Amino acid sequence: MTTELNESLSSLPLGQKGRVLGFALPGEHRQRLLEMGLTVGAQFEVVRFAPMGDPIDIKVRGYHLSLRKNEAAGVLVARL
Amino acid sequence: MASPASVSAASPSRPASVSAAPPSRDATRHVAIAGNPNCGKSTIFNALTGLRQKVGNYPGVTVEKKTGRFFGSHGEPMELLDLPGSYSLQVRSPDEAVARDVLLGRQIDTARPDIIICVVDASNLERNLYLVAQMLELNIPVVVALNMVDVAEKNGVVIDVMALREKLGVPVIPMVATKGVGLIELRQAVSRSPLPPPSICAQMPIVLEREVMALARQLPVAHEVARGEALLLLTLHDAALDAVTHHDTAIIAATRAAQQRLLTAGIDPLSAPVDARYDWIGRICAAAHHHGDSHHAASLSDRLDSWLTHRVWGWVAFLGMMALMFFCIFTVAQVPMDWIKDGADALANWVGNHLPAGDLRGLLTDGVIAGVGGVVVFLPQILILYFFLGILEDTGYMARAAFIMDRLMSKAGLHGKSFIPMLSSFACAIPGIMATRTIENRKDRLVTILVAPLMSCSARLPVYSLMIAVLIPGHSALQKAGIMLCMYLLGAVVAFAMAWLFKKKLLKGETPMLLLEMPPYRMPSWKGVALRMWERSGLFLRRAGTVILALSILLWAMATYPKPSDPQAPPAEALAQSLAGRMGHAIEPVIAPLGFDWKIGIGLIGSFAAREVFVGTMSIVYSVESKDKEDIEPLRNVMLGEKRANGLPVFTPLVCIGLMVFYVLAMQCISTVAIVRRETNSWRWPLFQIAYMTALAWIGAFLVYQGGRLLGFQ
Repeated sequence: MTTELNESLSSLPLGQKGRVLGFALPGEHRQRLLEMGLTVGAQFEVVRFAPMGDPIDIKVRGYHLSLRKNEAAGVLVARL
Repeated sequence: MASPASVSAASPSRPASVSAAPPSRDATRHVAIAGNPNCGKSTIFNALTGLRQKVGNYPGVTVEKKTGRFFGSHGEPMELLDLPGSYSLQVRSPDEAVARDVLLGRQIDTARPDIIICVVDASNLERNLYLVAQMLELNIPVVVALNMVDVAEKNGVVIDVMALREKLGVPVIPMVATKGVGLIELRQAVSRSPLPPPSICAQMPIVLEREVMALARQLPVAHEVARGEALLLLTLHDAALDAVTHHDTAIIAATRAAQQRLLTAGIDPLSAPVDARYDWIGRICAAAHHHGDSHHAASLSDRLDSWLTHRVWGWVAFLGMMALMFFCIFTVAQVPMDWIKDGADALANWVGNHLPAGDLRGLLTDGVIAGVGGVVVFLPQILILYFFLGILEDTGYMARAAFIMDRLMSKAGLHGKSFIPMLSSFACAIPGIMATRTIENRKDRLVTILVAPLMSCSARLPVYSLMIAVLIPGHSALQKAGIMLCMYLLGAVVAFAMAWLFKKKLLKGETPMLLLEMPPYRMPSWKGVALRMWERSGLFLRRAGTVILALSILLWAMATYPKPSDPQAPPAEALAQSLAGRMGHAIEPVIAPLGFDWKIGIGLIGSFAAREVFVGTMSIVYSVESKDKEDIEPLRNVMLGEKRANGLPVFTPLVCIGLMVFYVLAMQCISTVAIVRRETNSWRWPLFQIAYMTALAWIGAFLVYQGGRLLGFQ
């Protein structure tokens, strides 16, 4: 887990499961992601990419959430 | 009064001081219904109130206020308020702000509710409970409507309602709203008296709680909302805190100081409450939420998505669906539209035959009937548009459309949610602009509103048809369709270019964040779709119809007065004498560089209120008497023969194309102006919009005419 500290959500391949470690995002964006259930420690799975490769659809807390690669790059994760 | 948070989450004991129900202001109990988007909130609202609904606006904002009456289990009347769907009380959109303000009792004209029905999607319990957690902090009695338990069961999720009730400390009613299951129990739960306020909520870290209570004591608000308000203030990020207007600077300074102290203590005020709530939810779910085999039904939605968002088939399905929608809007709608047109013509004829010739007859037939008919005629298209939008929304496809289109839209600095408003504007800019309400970011919403009328709406069709008929009098349908398509493309391309420019220069701001929930596919609720069509079309008729009626009368007057000295003068001469005719002459120097003469000028002025009026005005200008208004052939023939003073034809190919380009780009729709005024709450943006679009139209027509002549065309 500690070896992958610098990996971000945007770099994960399709089908990869992971866990949120932290954020490198402005407060407003960070708070929104948290409120949508992407809290530190939350587990998720990369489900699909949009036809043009962006946004990313992930499954977290039992539902599907899409976010752009731009923001996903600020979500620090560990692979599971 | 003891704060809810001072009671530990583990012990559902209730402090004695809060056991009494809040004194009601009048006999009618005010019930608010809240919940996340897609939780079935509207279905429950519709089921409880039926057709006893009222749609209005909150004062000062453009958020819709939906209320309805229903009766408790003993027949007592209750008022139900449908709050806009929201994920959190930490608001991001004007819609969410209204929900928060109502619940905190600071929304003017709206009573603070006596009880909240918080609708929760049982198949998405964890995330939905987040809003419940916030509701429980507000000191208002809460009833949780646990909706869609059937879907949850199909997904293999079993919810222990008893355990949930105990952990939340409020009534929990399992429901399947689409089938009416649980409605009686819900009615009973909100009829109970007295209703105790919640006794349990997520426990905040002790340092944070201390700051919250200290700040609450300084707030000049009612005792029972102070803690909720203080907690919301403390968790605002910097920019949002700057934007707070309902508290004085001393409070804001105190909030910032408290935030600073918390940060020093190692507690992030932005994230700590969220973490605390989700921790609490996690413990509740561990006790009340049991996952079984979740493989079956979840994968049906996933299987559909693997096709509908596929990199090839996703586009095919998307374009197919849009094509079907527009096919219906432009062909199926044609039948009832013809009925309406015929009806209006028949009515005008009847009035014409029964009234003596004179101003009154002119006012009724050319002003009132023609004006109102001109609006009502778009009703079938609007209904079909809302039918499709309702189904796309209900089934969950709308979120996929935004998902697919986001990348393209982001190139113009917009996001996926701007796509539907722009698409709707192909039918009519009014529903398109009303659909921008789902866009959270204010600047994005404004940019979308500003460019939406550039999409070729159906009112431009009659103008295109006429000008194409003049341009290529032959009967090659394919060529005509090709030119038509070019006009539609021109509008769309310019709309994107302008959006990009506005985002770059005028309304600078970081690219907004896209957070899109992709709900599982569902069968649409036909009743809900029908209700929405009914509601929206009524709104369209009232908002557009009243303005159009007034403007039609005004334009009729402009084209009638002052009257020519000779009462026997032919209509064309009378028109030339009128105010509109004189204005046509007055603007001739401005439009001469576009190749337009003063007669076309009259047409432009006449269609300022509504584009489609152009065809009728030109008929009068060229004295074309036609029994059938739909038949443009006589008018076309006259226009083809029209000569300038120097003997050259007026309607050269360049003038025809220039005129079409002008109509693509110009803002000639007073109803849209009225809607933009309403939606932006100021005259500034609609006036700016008229200015920039008129400038664009002039430049476009100028480039076509002068550029074309330079290249040797006529």
